[in-house]
Amino acid sequence: MDYARVLRGVAGAAGFLAAAEVVGLSGLVDDRFLPRMSTVLGAAAGLVADPDFLADAGATLTVWFLGLLLTVVLAVPAGLLLGTLPRAEAAVRPLIEFLRPIPSVAVIPLAILLFSDNLHLKLAVIVYASSWPVLINTIYGLKDVDPLAKETLRSFGFGPVPVLARVALPSAAPFIATGIRVASGIAVILAISAELMAGGSEGVGIYITEAASGGRIDLMLAATLWAGLFGLVADAVMVAAERRLFRWHHVRTGGAR
Amino acid sequence: MLTITDLVHSYGPHRVLGGVSLSVAEGELVSVVGPSGCGKSTLLRSVAGLLKPSGGRIMLAGRPVERTPDDLAIVFQDYSRSLFPWMSAANNVALPLRRKGLDRRRRREAAMSALDQVGLADAGAKYPWEMSGGMQQRVSIARALAYRPSLLLMDEPFGSVDAQTREDLEDLVLNVCAHHGMTILLITHDIDESVYVGDRVVVLTRSPAVVAADLETRLGRSRDQIATRQLDAFVRLRAEVGRLVRGGHTTEPTSVLEKQ
Ligand SMILES: Nc1ncnc2c1ncn2[C@@H]1O[C@H](COP(=O)(O)OP(=O)(O)O)[C@@H](O)[C@H]1O
Ligand SMILES: [Mg+2]
Repeated sequence: MDYARVLRGVAGAAGFLAAAEVVGLSGLVDDRFLPRMSTVLGAAAGLVADPDFLADAGATLTVWFLGLLLTVVLAVPAGLLLGTLPRAEAAVRPLIEFLRPIPSVAVIPLAILLFSDNLHLKLAVIVYASSWPVLINTIYGLKDVDPLAKETLRSFGFGPVPVLARVALPSAAPFIATGIRVASGIAVILAISAELMAGGSEGVGIYITEAASGGRIDLMLAATLWAGLFGLVADAVMVAAERRLFRWHHVRTGGAR
Repeated sequence: MLTITDLVHSYGPHRVLGGVSLSVAEGELVSVVGPSGCGKSTLLRSVAGLLKPSGGRIMLAGRPVERTPDDLAIVFQDYSRSLFPWMSAANNVALPLRRKGLDRRRRREAAMSALDQVGLADAGAKYPWEMSGGMQQRVSIARALAYRPSLLLMDEPFGSVDAQTREDLEDLVLNVCAHHGMTILLITHDIDESVYVGDRVVVLTRSPAVVAADLETRLGRSRDQIATRQLDAFVRLRAEVGRLVRGGHTTEPTSVLEKQ
């Protein structure tokens, strides 16, 4: 890890918090609408011991995890299939290119109509939105596999399926992992958006909605802060895992350590 | 053991092999030399069943080659692409042995002993990208050896290593061939090397390639990087192969080039 970079990042964040606090103290904004930063941070610390919030956070976390798991289970095999069958890929490519740019949040109203079960609804929108990066990266990763590596194994008499499993898949794995990391961030956004838009009984989105309607803007912002922090930590954990698992890839591509 | 008859191949309209015929006997080390781009790799890939040639026949151990033959290994020039970077050297060597139905322990033993033969007894745990080019190519050779193929194909195996390593690896291959009685078809564009390692040197013309000459080296099995290269027989043969490779595109009939 590059400590100087981390330090600069921490300094930037601290600077922002301090500036926000100064703006709050100056009385430029009405702190009924935008509470002071120290108030929000205090509320955020308080949420750690708030059983309501913890239950909601647990619910969102569960949906996030299940959604991401389903995404991997569906999108990786689909990507492997499309990556190994160029004709099938050519056939679905236009559809992918059309659907992918549609803002995923826009499908939530449709999902609300389609699903009566709140959990199914959330999982569906998460899987829909998170699948794209996993699918695209899996297809790309398979295309990037060195033909000579595949030929090497073929020359030892390995058939197409063993070559896929032993060369193509490991070689594409770093790309797939990056896709899953991007998908994880999308899944957080979609989980909370779905809670905000579709309602339900539990979740960070529900907590935020309720805090807002109760006039507790400090709690609302505090919960939002935790959601953002979770996304950040999940991303960092996955980056670290990728570096560890795919050191060979980073060495090869000359990427950052 | 390997008989190639009238092998023809075209990439689209571009004819690369114009009817190549050659045979390799059991236990022989035949080097194939020819100018760059004449179709040497195409020839090798056809023998390996990695490419379906446009015409001609390839018989390996009495059977026509249709798919990749069972008992064959290849060492490619580009070791960095042909080794799997996500695996240690030992696992790279052990992987093909799955085809032989060996259990994990046996695979490991065979891999370690092959690495030992190429002088990498202590490097089994290293990853390819932690090794020098010469070491990586040794791992590729160990991988082929461990597999104990009846035919070993090598496509310019020493083309990307430094001169000293190249000599070491040439001698390594000569040793292996003598030790295991392995049959080897080695492709090179290096005239000197083709004579030094080969029991026979097959010279290809420019594409569309045909066999310009098929010469026995008669240098004996025990060779020495310095002494062998000073032998009259070596010097004469090298000169002849050199002339053939350079003038290989003329329509000199093969019969004129008498076998030595
Ligand atoms: N897959 C391919 N498609 C089209 N042309 C090819 C292909 N592979 C090789 N060639 C061409 O065929 C010729 C012979 O190639 P190759 O067998 O690799 O020669 P060598 O190994 O003797 O250098 C070259 O002109 C090369 O550009
Ligand atoms: Mg070649």
